[in-house]
Amino acid sequence: MKQAAKDKCISLTLMAVAMSGISGLALITGFIFREGLPIMMKVGLGKFLLSSNWYPQEGEFGIFPMIVGSVAVTVGAMLIGGTLGLGCAIVLAQFCPPRLVSLLKPGIELLAGIPSVVYGFIGVVILVPFIRDYIGGPGLSVLAASVVLGVMVLPTVTSISFDALRAVPRTYREGSIALGATEWQTTRMVMLKAAKSGIVTAIILGMGRAIGETMAVIMVAGNTLDLPRSVLDPVRTLTSNIALEMGYAAGDHRKALFATGVTLFVIIMVLNTIALAVSRRRPGRVGQA
Amino acid sequence: MRIVSPAVSQRIAVSLLWSMAALTMGILVFIVAYVLWHGLPHVTWGFLSQSPRSMGREGGVFPIIIGTLWVTGLAIMIAAPVGLITAMYLTEYARQSRLTNVIRFGADCLAGIPSIIFGLFGFVFFVITLGMGLSVLSGALTLSLMVLPTIIRTSEEAIRAVPRAYRDASYGLGATRWQMVTKVVLRSAMPGICTGIVLSIGRSIGETAAIMLTAGSALGFPKTVFDSCRTLSLHFYILSREGISMANAYATASVLIVVIFGINLLAYWAMKRFVAGKR
Repeated sequence: MKQAAKDKCISLTLMAVAMSGISGLALITGFIFREGLPIMMKVGLGKFLLSSNWYPQEGEFGIFPMIVGSVAVTVGAMLIGGTLGLGCAIVLAQFCPPRLVSLLKPGIELLAGIPSVVYGFIGVVILVPFIRDYIGGPGLSVLAASVVLGVMVLPTVTSISFDALRAVPRTYREGSIALGATEWQTTRMVMLKAAKSGIVTAIILGMGRAIGETMAVIMVAGNTLDLPRSVLDPVRTLTSNIALEMGYAAGDHRKALFATGVTLFVIIMVLNTIALAVSRRRPGRVGQA
Repeated sequence: MRIVSPAVSQRIAVSLLWSMAALTMGILVFIVAYVLWHGLPHVTWGFLSQSPRSMGREGGVFPIIIGTLWVTGLAIMIAAPVGLITAMYLTEYARQSRLTNVIRFGADCLAGIPSIIFGLFGFVFFVITLGMGLSVLSGALTLSLMVLPTIIRTSEEAIRAVPRAYRDASYGLGATRWQMVTKVVLRSAMPGICTGIVLSIGRSIGETAAIMLTAGSALGFPKTVFDSCRTLSLHFYILSREGISMANAYATASVLIVVIFGINLLAYWAMKRFVAGKR
């Protein structure tokens, strides 16, 4: 009986510590909203989200261009990083000799650990001058940010999609080949379908990483307050707005930056919820294809 | 009607995919090689052992290395035990219930929050509300929240991978649950747990945005945990963004890359041993 009581005691203590993650999440949510929501209400939610005027000195806070900026660079990043990453994952999972895979897979994971500022830096010294000289515009642009973020999410997308493709049972692939399908038909019609939920998770996690990235984007996006008209125009994202102005902001201005954070937080939470919902569905069933 | 025969489309697709893979690898290898090529020649003993002079234009990065060690070390010292205990609770103590689902959901959500949001939170909570100021401690606490999900997830997976027979044998020998968990399960899950911790160290070292808002960017030596300090990635960001010194920026980036590669290889090695031990 004494042992059981001791066990119960340990269990309760462990539970208390285990709650710290969720308490942290609650604290973060609480504090960000407490700091950001009042100013959003004061300015008016519609005006805050849809106005293009960001003049903190005059008390005008509209973050529409930054929302557009964040969405633009994220979509661009996923077009580049999603396509290349998925292609890379297919090659690794389907066409690559095993010995090469065992070398490349850890290599790609290693690259996921490179700090994002390094990607931003390479963007500044190589990509931005290249765009300015050969494509046009000031160089610091939506395009530059998209490419930098796209390359940055490559390891994430590749690694998770690869795992999803690898988790498809061998028999699916063998069955398809035995029915006379080519490797590519097998990949397209069987493997990609069976691994769909894992691949979608990879893309969404990559998107989350791209939209949440701060420093690399500040370095290459140009950070102007105007609405971008083409991919060669400079742009400011939600994250850069916070990081650029937090250093000197005070009063309502600082609160408006927290409100920018609230907007970002909501976008990310929606993306995460989708990712969680998709990844919960176990892979393994192929549709009636 | 079929325009392209399956054999042709197979050939086109495969060559396209291979060129995509080659491009990906090419870009990633190029980035690392480029930075190391320009930076490594500047990484001398003097660079590693001197203090920065005139805002980092000259001199080295010694206090910044120390600052990085402080912040990262403290963050891991907080996050590792908390994460490990959470994983222990989830796998060995709790019955699967709504509570465990909530704890897992919390960890998953925490993992997706961007670092700038952690930075904002750390700034308003640790720096201002709790009055810690821009300091090593504020930075470390913020980082520890950031890496907590990684540690929980990897430890949980490592603990789950311990064969049931180990647990049964341990109980069979008369061990209590606590003894079984600490002496048998944790010991055999250790390599997997270490992998998670090492990966978290890597993430902490690479972090910039959250550090800027919580630990500040002072260039001196942090004497106590309440002093502001600068980490390597933030120093690199400031050097390159403000155009202070390209040579020193490349050198700092090289140090960062070498350290992070070293750490990741360590994690990979631990994982390899872990997998080998399972066979």
